[in-house]
Amino acid sequence: MIQVEQLSKSYRVYQKKEGLGEAIRGLFHREYKTIEAVRGISLDVQAGEFVAFLGPNGAGKTTTLKLLSGVIYPTSGTASVMGYVPWDRNLDYRRRFALVMGQKNQLWWDLPAQESFRLHQQIYAIDSERFHKNLTELTEMLEVGSLLGRPVRELSLGERMKMELIAALLHSPEVLFLDEPTIGLDVIAQRNIQQFLKRYQKERNITILLTSHYMKDISALCQRVVVIAQGTIQYDGSLTGIVDEFSGSKIITLVLGDEQGVQGLERFGEVQRVDHPRVTLKCSRTEVSKVLAEILDRYQVNDIAVEDPPLEEVIAQLFHRVSSGGASS
Amino acid sequence: MSDSWNHAVKTRWLITKTALAERLAYRGDFALGTLMRFLPIVTQIFLWWAIFQSLSPENPEGAQLSGYTFRDMVAYYLLTMLGRAFSSMPGLSSSIALKVRDGEIKRFLVQPVDLLSFLFWSRVAHKLAYYAIAIIPFALVFFLCRDFFSRGFPDAVTFCCFVLSLLLSFMLGFYLEACIGLIGFWMLEVSSLLFVYMLFQFFLSGHMFPLDLLPAPFDSIVGFLPIKYLAYFPAAVFLGKIQGYALAIDMVMLILWTGLFFVLSRWIFARGVRHYSGFGG
Repeated sequence: MIQVEQLSKSYRVYQKKEGLGEAIRGLFHREYKTIEAVRGISLDVQAGEFVAFLGPNGAGKTTTLKLLSGVIYPTSGTASVMGYVPWDRNLDYRRRFALVMGQKNQLWWDLPAQESFRLHQQIYAIDSERFHKNLTELTEMLEVGSLLGRPVRELSLGERMKMELIAALLHSPEVLFLDEPTIGLDVIAQRNIQQFLKRYQKERNITILLTSHYMKDISALCQRVVVIAQGTIQYDGSLTGIVDEFSGSKIITLVLGDEQGVQGLERFGEVQRVDHPRVTLKCSRTEVSKVLAEILDRYQVNDIAVEDPPLEEVIAQLFHRVSSGGASS
Repeated sequence: MSDSWNHAVKTRWLITKTALAERLAYRGDFALGTLMRFLPIVTQIFLWWAIFQSLSPENPEGAQLSGYTFRDMVAYYLLTMLGRAFSSMPGLSSSIALKVRDGEIKRFLVQPVDLLSFLFWSRVAHKLAYYAIAIIPFALVFFLCRDFFSRGFPDAVTFCCFVLSLLLSFMLGFYLEACIGLIGFWMLEVSSLLFVYMLFQFFLSGHMFPLDLLPAPFDSIVGFLPIKYLAYFPAAVFLGKIQGYALAIDMVMLILWTGLFFVLSRWIFARGVRHYSGFGG
């Protein structure tokens, strides 16, 4: 469905220096810097996949989505989405995909969303029957049927995002690019959008590429995660695979006996938290069985749990490693 | 072919209808703004009266300025107001540049809709809404000032040319300002450029005074510029200042200028999109 080969995009940006003097100097002589937003990424996405792009700010996630939706031209490399070269911006291609950018309004601000949907029906040449079927289905799934007649400016951020999604899905796109779809939304609204996307993707089997900073979005929705940092793909696989590949530690939570002290636990790893009788310990993944055996042998333990470190932490460490130049590609 | 033509016409009609509905969302502010634009008429009439009085204190009504009497001048001014009601495009350039700057332009690159066509039909809707409100004050002003039109109503052919010149001046004004707005792909902020354009337009479109008052060689230079078609030309046609062969030449020139700026706007857009780096996240 989507094939990307060695895709790169670099920008030339003006280096503005501080102060009035520099501003005046900038009128006559400007220094530019080339930013390599995306550096030779290759990717293959099958039809029906739900893929998340994960990465710190400026990693190249949004640039990749812009390239794949044809908004910008690449510096080098090739891409094909449903057999189309995105930046040719073929009208047939534009009728078969949708791009939703969080907080970017494609609806008419002062008019009810219904009017924007009518215009979409015309622009995308959706026949009346399909339009009504899709609109009914989407408004029911997102529970916004009663809001269709209200001017968009009077809707809450969450309600507006739902309307944006409806506008993007009315023409039944086969590929959907979502850039931060839950940005700025409260927890309930985020969950509603997540549930909707999950259900919709499952029912329609469409291909979705999503970028998000919210790990909950990603863990709730995507089978596959592509970690991008500094314009290159650092990891491409399952979400749990990230932990296996990039985390060298395990978290052991002990519930000690009433009389049991915590002295000496530090030699098994880093004591992260002591809330007697509960103690959290971080130890090397390779030594976890040995550590457990020793602890059980020497301490009175009522309960024990071994977990992977939080995903956010693993990813933060990964990003840190990449930014300090120690990542594998 | 007929299906795609049908679809194109329906899409444009729906864009116009939707933009019209949006325009009328703030009807109070819109109506007030429209009516306020008629206020300068009074000051202009007094200004020209003062000028003609200084030319001939005893008989200002009989005085002439390059063939214009006081009545001709007021009639000319009223007609340029009508012309500008077609050719002026408030907010067009800046809104295009803003769309580029804040990333809204992406919508037009992703959806199967053409930006320039969308803006054109939205502007048609804006103008229709404007005329719907302005027709009453326009009719009232022209009725009250009917005596200033001392040359009477033009013949049918001249009137048709006048109407055609108004419609073409709308298109010329649109594509001219669209070109300025599209420079936003490179400059991001076009307000200074727009200011310079507005300054030239103010003086050289004939909005302030008839262009045939200009001394040689400036009258010839201005005569070659497209800006004169935005206000001076329709008024001059109605008043019978341009007739026969000269009128035909000017009509052809107006069509050519409109065509040129239409093509130029498409070209700048195509180049701009290539240059566009997707600002605004």
